[in-house]
Amino acid sequence: MTAKERIQEVLEKCLRFASADQTEVVVTGQDTYLTRYATNYIHQNTAETDTQVSVRSVFGKKIGLAQTNALDDASLKRTIEHAERIAKVQPDLLDFLSLPSKDDAGEITAQAVFSDRTAASTAEERARAVGRITALSVKNGFDAAGAFSTAVVRFGIANSLGIRRYTEATRANLSAIVMGPTGSGFAEGLQSDVGKMAVDRVAETAVGKCRDAQNPVAVEPGDYEVILEPAAVADMIQFLAYMGLGALALQEGRSFMSGRIGQKVTGENFTLWDDGTDPAGMAIPFDFEGVRRQKVMLIEKGVAKSVVYDSYTAGREPGKKSTGHALPPAAQIGALPLNLFMKPGDAEVEDLIKATKRGILVTRFHYTNPLHPVLTTITGMTRDGTFLVENGKVKSPIKNMRFTNGILDAFDAIEAIGKRPALVDMFGLGVCSAPAVKLKKFSFTGGTEH
Amino acid sequence: MRFVSRVGETIAVKNGAVEGATASTDLGFGLRVLKDGAWGFASSSTPGLEEVLAVADRAVGIAKASALVPGQRAKLAPVEPVEDRWESPYKKDPFDVKLADKLELLLSAEKRVRDGGGGKVMVAQASAGARREEKSFASTEGSYIEQAITECGAGLSAYAVGPGELQRRTYPNGDRELTGCYGWEAVEALDLVGNAERVGQEAAQLLEAKKCPSGPKDIILDTTQMVLQIHESCGHPTELDRVYGTEAGFAGTSFLTTDKLGKFKYGSDKVTIVADATVPHGMGTFKYDDEGVPGQRTVLVDKGTFKNYTTSRETATRLGQKASNGAMRADGWNRMPIIRMTNINLEPGDWTLDEMIKDTKDGVYMEINKSWSIDDKRLNFQFGTEIGWEIKDGALGDMVKSPNYTGITPEFWAGCDAVGDKKHWKLWGTPNCGKGEPMQVAHVGHGSAPTRFRKVRVGVGQ
Ligand SMILES: [Zn+2]
Repeated sequence: MTAKERIQEVLEKCLRFASADQTEVVVTGQDTYLTRYATNYIHQNTAETDTQVSVRSVFGKKIGLAQTNALDDASLKRTIEHAERIAKVQPDLLDFLSLPSKDDAGEITAQAVFSDRTAASTAEERARAVGRITALSVKNGFDAAGAFSTAVVRFGIANSLGIRRYTEATRANLSAIVMGPTGSGFAEGLQSDVGKMAVDRVAETAVGKCRDAQNPVAVEPGDYEVILEPAAVADMIQFLAYMGLGALALQEGRSFMSGRIGQKVTGENFTLWDDGTDPAGMAIPFDFEGVRRQKVMLIEKGVAKSVVYDSYTAGREPGKKSTGHALPPAAQIGALPLNLFMKPGDAEVEDLIKATKRGILVTRFHYTNPLHPVLTTITGMTRDGTFLVENGKVKSPIKNMRFTNGILDAFDAIEAIGKRPALVDMFGLGVCSAPAVKLKKFSFTGGTEH
Repeated sequence: MRFVSRVGETIAVKNGAVEGATASTDLGFGLRVLKDGAWGFASSSTPGLEEVLAVADRAVGIAKASALVPGQRAKLAPVEPVEDRWESPYKKDPFDVKLADKLELLLSAEKRVRDGGGGKVMVAQASAGARREEKSFASTEGSYIEQAITECGAGLSAYAVGPGELQRRTYPNGDRELTGCYGWEAVEALDLVGNAERVGQEAAQLLEAKKCPSGPKDIILDTTQMVLQIHESCGHPTELDRVYGTEAGFAGTSFLTTDKLGKFKYGSDKVTIVADATVPHGMGTFKYDDEGVPGQRTVLVDKGTFKNYTTSRETATRLGQKASNGAMRADGWNRMPIIRMTNINLEPGDWTLDEMIKDTKDGVYMEINKSWSIDDKRLNFQFGTEIGWEIKDGALGDMVKSPNYTGITPEFWAGCDAVGDKKHWKLWGTPNCGKGEPMQVAHVGHGSAPTRFRKVRVGVGQ
């Protein structure tokens, strides 16, 4: 039996065992491999095979959820009983309408991104790729660390209102942090097809940054012009999404979009959308309710346009339909955009540097955390390559800085945008395609020793 | 080899309805193999001997692949083989309590949160959770160990919304359900209903509260914020794997390099911090870690001096120590064990909270962590809390909203001049410590009493 047949069998069995008014079954299967390296050797190397089943049982306006990864009939039956028992004891969830129907879910033509090469990749291939990174690092007298992972993920979704979905997707992530005595560099790659992973470019970029980052000087905290590379921009976008681009946050007044749809929230040169069907991202054409993923314009030319919906949050607003952004059933945070694209500009990073009188070039952020969700204030550190730029030239590496800044303020201060977006992993769940940007002003509020 | 099964239950109610009620079962096995000093790990949730043998083969193949890259090789510190079973103690099995009773409690507490908020609280939540992990450990060195760990807890939160403002207040400590290795008795002891109105009220009051003052102040941190302070600035930097750079690719390294061991001044002489897997009911309490090493108590910082790390069998050998101090844990069947905090506790001092406040001229008292950020060597941090109160001339004054403070770890702990006494000491659970790739979430514990730090920069970035 193929993996697909096995998952479809579980879906149908669960629906057969169920006695609720409505039942939804989500099965996710994965074969995940991850090779981890540090100080130029492989120190962890793992494989995982798992299949998880989530059952949502609906009686009227009551919903219960149960999950298991044991696929025998007895376990599946017990899981369904659990979900049904949990549903029955509840008070009504008054604004719940229904699970999505086959009609709500839409026709799907887009494909999930899948690569046979990724599905067939081996521990030996990953080790040899890591070996190329560590060898370059050793040659330069540095320490390299990071991870190379490949995964096949399978999604099967069925409900008692006629939805039947199945797809498989692949993903390969490679990261490299290269450390010297006084500074470090970073590069990463994210591909569906592991064969397209630019291992040597990742190695050379991280080693090159590390070389440039040695002997950093301290600069005073304060407001600076700043050039943010794609990883830092994507980090801000992922927090923007988490804090305010889902319908629940909007409806509960927690979002910076609350009461501001149609209003200007950033500079005119900032445009952000979600598109789960674009093969330039990590396309999976339906969400965790089986609803077709739609392209949703979130912020267009600086104007707040819309947030994303799942069936429950859509049901709370008259006339709204799910946009196909439901998260896994246990998430409890409503819909979120998981395939974000920021509109690129026309500049090379070198152009951004040339246009900077006195500013800071940031490779990436570290340990970013929200301070104020409505103002979108975040704080975090720079990491793995922070440089002072003066009169259009990179002058010197600098010690890492703490920043405290509003994300919307940052995107209101964009002077120029890079032309080469990079695809960056988002919370391990989604992806964000973001270019480099140059900002007029960004607030650094502290420093550190390295 | 480890076989791990977990059953869990979470119930969350929000604004009068059930937000989520979930029962979950998760089980599988993982095999860690060491071949010629290189590691391989493979795991599966498919039952049966055939699968076990296939997974064992896969693990050995992966170990051989690991050896393709030259470099450091693992040597394990010895451990005595042992056969044993241990269960964490609890009084009332949380899985035996009727779902309807749990719901009734949560719904009535949640309603009182809204009542307390007087229309300003847009989102009120109450949640309860329970988890039981059964794990078996067997090694080719001859150990066979079974452990069963039951955790339980509950909590309330209120989100108040005003123009351009969102404020959160929670009870007992942040938006987490699990708080320790207990049964349902832990939830009963919380008195959710009795605390609910205050939570709603304070969330609403925070909308009107003034900003935290800016500048250097003396701060007193409640145990709920000490949890995070200890976790980030002591717990993580004393993990020996971070020091050896094996977490560099993700979470970072540590400023507590091995040359500092035994002599570095980590903090003032008031600061003694232990890693203790033996305290009853801690979320980092166990009898054996996931390498079969007995759980133990290790002094990390002794009267301000940095004395030890949390270690594994591999890293202990590398450091030249005879044995691991038992800090290796894996997040379930599908992860390799890595060094994790146990219960990282600040030993009590001899102050009461009242004495501490009376003794403070110009300061801020802060409760319950809300935001956190720290650099990759664990030096520069900025932490924010839900709520604070000014301290003026020895008395608590006005409530302040979104207080935060920033510092450099050893300078900050050097400013620690008063630690609360045993009566004020409290052990909290942190069920959300993320580390490793693939991500592993650990349950750890932190005990402390209210603690004062002098001349700390507060009110940053306002
Ligand atoms: Zn942690």
